[in-house]
Amino acid sequence: MKKTSLYDEHLNLGAKIINFGSWQMPVQYSGIIEEHKAVRNAAGLFDASHMGEVLISGKDALNLVQRLITNDASQMKAGKVIYSPMCYEDGGIVDDLLVYKLENDQYMMVVNASNTTKDLRWINKNAELFENVDVVDKSEYYALIALQGPLSLQIISSIMDEGMDKGISDLKYYSFVKTEVNGIDAIVSRTGYTGELGFEIYLEKGKAAPVWSMLLEAGNKKGLKPAGLGARDTLRLEKAMCLYGNDIDETTNPLEADLAWTVELSKEDFNGKKELEKVKEAGIDRKLVGFVMSERGIPRHGYEVKVEGKVVGEVTSGSYSPSLDRNIGLAYIDKEYTSIGRKIDISIRKRDVNAKIVEKPFI
Amino acid sequence: MSTPNDLYYTENHEWISLDGEEGVVGITEHAQEELGDIVYVELPTVDEGLDQFEEFGVIESVKAVSDVFTPVSCVVTEINESLMDQPELINEDPYGDGWLIKVELKDKSELDELMDSNEYKTFLEGE
Repeated sequence: MKKTSLYDEHLNLGAKIINFGSWQMPVQYSGIIEEHKAVRNAAGLFDASHMGEVLISGKDALNLVQRLITNDASQMKAGKVIYSPMCYEDGGIVDDLLVYKLENDQYMMVVNASNTTKDLRWINKNAELFENVDVVDKSEYYALIALQGPLSLQIISSIMDEGMDKGISDLKYYSFVKTEVNGIDAIVSRTGYTGELGFEIYLEKGKAAPVWSMLLEAGNKKGLKPAGLGARDTLRLEKAMCLYGNDIDETTNPLEADLAWTVELSKEDFNGKKELEKVKEAGIDRKLVGFVMSERGIPRHGYEVKVEGKVVGEVTSGSYSPSLDRNIGLAYIDKEYTSIGRKIDISIRKRDVNAKIVEKPFI
Repeated sequence: MSTPNDLYYTENHEWISLDGEEGVVGITEHAQEELGDIVYVELPTVDEGLDQFEEFGVIESVKAVSDVFTPVSCVVTEINESLMDQPELINEDPYGDGWLIKVELKDKSELDELMDSNEYKTFLEGE
């Protein structure tokens, strides 16, 4: 099992460690609900070092990126970030990822930890189509610390040298700067997986621990808490952000996953384009929707969705929502049953429990 | 890890205490800690008969779904209604306000199959 460079910090903080793919990661420290609320009301600090980073560079870097992703990277300026699915030819999703344009002819893809090996295989296979492109796996090089929550700007600014903090406070959503955090080279982007104001900090692995400790200390009096994978999941679910392996995978396409805003069908050929064009023309069969339980019961991944006793879909994510104090979920449901406000049943341990389709995100 | 002396324990981390013919059943400190924040509880109905080690309810934390099993054959005489609105009582006081069900035992000799506090402590160390 792999450990991030912050593993000892997690142990010292009393984290409960779980196996997550091939990684040993903190699932919680003080408790998922407490950590969740800290992120919504103050700030939370996450170790996301298990994520993979793939550097794509060379004259054909943009061409390769454009072939791989469904979103359009051609208009990006250096310093920008976009979110995109990466599809196979059949339109199934290989992974969902962030693309950073580091400079002209140089991009960094940030991919899900459990998909890194598979993604690299796919990226390298596509790279063979181009002459001038290098693909380098930087996953072992980078640690990734995510500072998320309304007070995150205050906290990160407080540990940056004067002048450097200006770049951070001016940062727009889905932008990044190459800067120094307490004298350590870092890429800091205004991105995250919580829906709150927040920053993701990429650092050389060996230098992550002091930055982690400094952020914890700087935020301590402001209500910052270290937060684990448990809170990361409830936070992203409330914002209806997809989790690969739960809500999207190789058997789902971006259009039915309600990610049409990340699919640029007008750009030149890319993996999955033909299939996605067909799907768009024919219309999707099912759609990923959000729902709230009307009765007692917590929806979970894999539970059936029913309408008048007939199975019409399946839950992909579900949990207690700490912000709403209600039970919420995402589900693929046959298109004709996906109108907002429609009553559905979730089959929980052979019992049909009432729920209602609602607008996403939940909060 | 607290394991009160006067209780009997199962390998699935339930406990039962005995007061005359009546037993009280709950989950252990260790079990609640492993589960994390408990947010949902499903319990049987009063008068339901249960065999020893039969599943009688479900406890869900934010992340996990866990079945609970009765330590002895019994009839349910009372359920802890306050858990419906305050499932967190199980986290806060697993041996007290966080009890799950009260039962009438069918066969007290089944208690011999359970662990006492010291045995359970040793069992936890081995897990």
